[in-house]
Amino acid sequence: MDLGLNEQQELLKNSAREFLENECPESHVRDMEEDEKGYSPVLWQKMAEQGWHGLLVPEQYGGAGFDFIDQMVLVEELGRALVPGPYMSSVFGGAVPILEAGSDAQKQEFLPKIAAGEVIFSLALTEPSARFDEAGIQAKATVSGQDVTISGTKLFVSDAHVADYLVVAARSGKGVTLAIVPTKQAGVKTTVLQTIARDKQCEVVLENAKGQLLGTDGGGWAALGPVIQKYTVAECAYLVGLAQMDFEIAVDYAKERVQFGRPIGSFQAIQHKCADMVTDVDGSRFIMYKAAWSIASGQPANDTSIAVNMAKAWCSEATRRVVAHGQQIHGGIGFTKDYKIQLFYRRQKRAELAFGDADFHRELVAQQLGL
Amino acid sequence: MDWSDSPEQAKFRQEVRTFIQQKLPESYRPKAGEATGEDEGFTGGWQADRKSTDPKRVATAQQWATALAEQGWIAPAWPKEYGGAGLSTIEQFIYNQEMAEAAAPSVGGMGVSMLGPTLIVHGSPEQKQEHLSRILSGEVAWAQGYSEPGAGSDLASLQTRAVRDGDEYVINGQKIWTSGAHFADWLFALVRTDPEAPKHRGISFMIMDIKTPGITVRPLINMGWEHGFNETFFEDVRVPAKNLIGEENRGWYVGMTLLDFERSGIAGAVSYRRGMAEMKEFLKGNGKSYRRQDFNTTRLELADRAIETEVLFNFAFRIVTIQSRGLVPNYEASVNKTFGSELHQRLSRTQSKAWGLYANVWDRSSKYAPMQAAHIHDYVGSVPHSIFSGSNEIQRNVIATRGLGLPRG
Repeated sequence: MDLGLNEQQELLKNSAREFLENECPESHVRDMEEDEKGYSPVLWQKMAEQGWHGLLVPEQYGGAGFDFIDQMVLVEELGRALVPGPYMSSVFGGAVPILEAGSDAQKQEFLPKIAAGEVIFSLALTEPSARFDEAGIQAKATVSGQDVTISGTKLFVSDAHVADYLVVAARSGKGVTLAIVPTKQAGVKTTVLQTIARDKQCEVVLENAKGQLLGTDGGGWAALGPVIQKYTVAECAYLVGLAQMDFEIAVDYAKERVQFGRPIGSFQAIQHKCADMVTDVDGSRFIMYKAAWSIASGQPANDTSIAVNMAKAWCSEATRRVVAHGQQIHGGIGFTKDYKIQLFYRRQKRAELAFGDADFHRELVAQQLGL
Repeated sequence: MDWSDSPEQAKFRQEVRTFIQQKLPESYRPKAGEATGEDEGFTGGWQADRKSTDPKRVATAQQWATALAEQGWIAPAWPKEYGGAGLSTIEQFIYNQEMAEAAAPSVGGMGVSMLGPTLIVHGSPEQKQEHLSRILSGEVAWAQGYSEPGAGSDLASLQTRAVRDGDEYVINGQKIWTSGAHFADWLFALVRTDPEAPKHRGISFMIMDIKTPGITVRPLINMGWEHGFNETFFEDVRVPAKNLIGEENRGWYVGMTLLDFERSGIAGAVSYRRGMAEMKEFLKGNGKSYRRQDFNTTRLELADRAIETEVLFNFAFRIVTIQSRGLVPNYEASVNKTFGSELHQRLSRTQSKAWGLYANVWDRSSKYAPMQAAHIHDYVGSVPHSIFSGSNEIQRNVIATRGLGLPRG
C-alpha cells in the first residue's frame, strides 16, 4: 500500500514539467488555438525525441516499455501545460488499439512510426448519435479478407485533419469491426469543427474508404473495451493536471490581488474555496491513479471497470468545480481572453465530455453496484 | 503506486482477521439484515457497556477488553515499553481498518487515544506508573475537559481557573461537550493557571478523579434525544499538585502532543462502504416495500456517494503513505476530516431519502422503520461531525493557511 510516485515516476514528472515549461508556454497554447493544424510539428518531434509517443510501446516496437501508471504521470503534465496537438489521439487512439488488437505485422509497421512521431493516428469512434456504446456504431463496413471498405459519418474525431491514419469503428454483418484507414484518399473527407476548447475535433465523412482490418471481423467492440478504458483514464489524468494548474494559478492570484487593503486570499470566503479546490484536485488525482493501477496491475475485470467509471464520474465533476472556483477567484480579469485562467476553463469542458461525462459514468457505476 | 498489501501487510491483516473471528464476542457481531452503523462511542459500545446495569453487557465488555489486552492490542500505537503493541503506522492502519470492517467496538477510548500518549511524552515516572497500566487493563476510562461555553473554536480563550494552594490546585469553572464523562472515571482538562499571560501561555494540563468533591457532571441531551456529552462544573475542586502534567502554564503545548498514531480516519470510510453494502442487500429483499416510487434520482445519488467513499478511502491511504514514509501530514489530515464528515452527512441524507415518508420513523423497533431507522438516526447523528474536532470552517482555514500558504485573515 503506497500512494506515492516511485523514483522513476518522479524523474519523469520533473523532466516533463521542465521540458514543457520551456517548450510549451502559454503563448504557444494561444498560438495553436488559431493555428490551422493546431499543433507545432517542431514541438511534436521534440516530444518524440523525449520518448513520449512510445512511452507505452514495448521496446521491441521502438518504444520505451513503461507501464500505464507511468504514462498517466506524463499525461498529467501534458494537462498541466495544456499541450496542444494530437498526442492523446495518436497514443491512445493509435498505439493502444494496435497494441490491443493488431497483428504482429501491423505492430511492426505502425508502432515504431508512432513512437518516432512519424505518423499520427486518431480514433474515429463516435458518430452523429454522440453515443459511447456499441449501439452508437452505425457506419457500414464491408470486409473482404484483410480489406475493409467503410461508409458513414464519424463525428467529434480529434485531430483527424492532421492524422495519417484513423482507427475506425464500423459495423459489418458480424458486428463492430475495426479498421486502420489512411486519411489521404478520396473516400475520406474531414471538416474541422470550431469547439469551446479550440482543439481540432472533426466531422469525418467516409465514402467507400479503404482500410485494413484491425483485429477480427466482428471483434471490434471487444477489442475497444480496454482501449476506451485507457483513453478514459488518460482523459482523467489530463483533467488532473489541468485542474492542478488552474488551482495553483488561482491560489497565487489570491495571494497577490489586494482589495480593502489586504490580499483577497486572507478572506475566509476565498480561503475556503481554495481549500475545496485542493480537496477536489487531490481527490481526482488518487481516484484516477487507482483506475490506472487497476489497469496496470491487471486487477479483476469487474474491479477495473467500476474503477474507471468512478474515476471519470468524479474527475469530470470535481475538475469542473475547480475551474469554476478558479474563475470566481479571479473576478473580472478571469473573464478576459488575455488572462490565462480561461484557457483551463474551456479545455476542462472538452475533457469532461470526452468518453462520457459524470452523468454517463454515474449510471454505469449504479448498474455495476447492483442499484 | 500500489493499492494492495505487501506480503507482510497481508500476513498481519490475516492475523487481525483471525483474532477478530476467534475473539469478538457474539453480541458485538453484526446481525444479518441489520444495520451496524458506526461505532457508537459515547452513547453505546464498550464505554457504555462497562458501566451498564445489565450484567451481560458488563461481562461482554470485559471479555472483549481482556481478549485485546492478552493480545497486547488495547493500545496498538503505544510503544512496547509502555505496554502498547508498538505497531508501525501501516500496521495500525490495517488494524483499524479490520476492526472497522468487523464493526468491532474500540476499547480504551480517550485513555488510549489521548491521555496515554500525552503521559508517555510529558508524564513523570510516577504518573505513568499510576495511570498507563490502568488504561491498558480497561480498568479506567477517561474523559476530556477542553471546550467551555465561551471557548469553542477559540479554545485557547478558556477561562476555567486553577489556583495553586499549597500542595493543591483549586479549580473553578465549567467545561462543556465532555463526551462520555458519565461513563468515565478520570478526567483530563485544560485550565487557566495564569490569567495575565498571553492566552496560549497561561494554560495547564491537569488530571483528576471525576469523583473529586466539587465536580458535577450534568447530562446534555443531544438533538437525537441521546445522552452522549455533558456539562461539567467545577466548584472549589481541590486537585493534588502532582496531577499537573508537564510544566505549569505549558498545558496548551502538552495538550497538542501527538504520538506516531496513524491518522487516516479509515474507520469512517469503512463504515460508509459497509453501510452502502448493507443497504443494497436490504433493497434486494424487504427494502422494496419501503423504497420510494421515484427511486431513480436517489439511485444515482447513491452511486455518487459510493464514488465519494472511494475518494475518502484514497485520502486515508494517502495519509498512511505519508506517515509510512516518516513524514507528518500537513493539510492532508484536515482534508480527510472535512471531506469525511461532509460525506457522512450527504450519505445519510441520500440513504434516508430512499425511504420517502418512511424516513420519518425514528423508533428502531417499529415495523415501519427500514433498517431499524439507521439512516435517519445517522442523518441526525452526523450533524456534529462537521463541528467537533475542529469545525470544518477551522479545518478549511488550516488547509488554506498552513497547507496553501494563504495569508491569515
